[in-house]
Amino acid sequence: MSLVRHPEFRRGFNEMVAPSLGIAAWGLVTGVAMVKSGLSLPLALAMTFLVYAGSAQLAALPLIVAGAPLWVLWATAFCVNLRFVIYSAHWRRYFGHLPRAQRLLLGYFAVDLSYVLFARRFPEAVPQPEQLPYFWGGVVWNWISWQGASLLGILIADKVPTQWNLGFAGVLALLGVTYSLLSDKKSWAAAGVAAVVAVAAFALPLKLNIVTAIAAGVAIGLLLERKFSDTGPERV
Amino acid sequence: MIPGLYATLGIAGLAAVTVVTRGFFLFSDREIELPAWAVQGLRYAPIAALVAVISPEIVLTDGALISTWQDARIYAVVAATAYFWWRRGILGTIVTGTAVLLALKIGLGW
Repeated sequence: MSLVRHPEFRRGFNEMVAPSLGIAAWGLVTGVAMVKSGLSLPLALAMTFLVYAGSAQLAALPLIVAGAPLWVLWATAFCVNLRFVIYSAHWRRYFGHLPRAQRLLLGYFAVDLSYVLFARRFPEAVPQPEQLPYFWGGVVWNWISWQGASLLGILIADKVPTQWNLGFAGVLALLGVTYSLLSDKKSWAAAGVAAVVAVAAFALPLKLNIVTAIAAGVAIGLLLERKFSDTGPERV
Repeated sequence: MIPGLYATLGIAGLAAVTVVTRGFFLFSDREIELPAWAVQGLRYAPIAALVAVISPEIVLTDGALISTWQDARIYAVVAATAYFWWRRGILGTIVTGTAVLLALKIGLGW
């Protein structure tokens, strides 16, 4: 295929190699966490190959274990994935001219690192012929390192004693992501309120403490935006 | 044991969530404008969702606040937090926290 032989494919591939080491470690943790949460082998495989979204998968696991209603599970994953909604608005400026099916296929594989590296390689949001080969080169290596590591985690999980509580590594991973999102005082306030509400409302049925906490966190964020809107526009 | 049908539906829905969120603004053939408050809300929803999921996992045991100091999670979270604010790397945060967790679990049986 001419796409693979394009020099930009190789460039995209190469630029993904170093950062995807972190992705592989994250995939390993996710693989172990899925099995340690009690997912059967076929379900863990289905999750890694179909869902292909680490933080949403890790966030979903405690909810699945608790038997949360499906809509709570899906709504939580949607919120965790909202950053992709923002990326997709940006992707549109590069890929908007392509047919819808191809746009959605590109979107499905457009993970965080693809977005970061692509925006660095093509700072100007206008379509160029080098973009598709570069995109796919990075995606191929990202997919291989994530799925390979996740698969390894799924396979070795049974060798890890359950009392080690290694599934907690998934929580630690999400903790790191959370810290990286704390950009200003307003996001700290939103996080603090969400944490308190999620714990205080834990006794609510149907895992509604999660949805309540998200709503409270977003409400505080919006409230503070409104109160301090004279500090100038925030970047999205 | 997790019920198979429930988990299957759950995972199928999660896959759909991936498709919908990653392709959100790629689906329509026309441009979509979001109201300003929605754009602002988008900034806070991911962090609120992550915190909502992890905070009970960190501080609760069977629905009650941690009541002992001999809980490896406390020290794993403290170590992971210290690492993050020192170096800002997510990979190192996972490794540091997990190392402390395993040391206490295996070494002291916490």
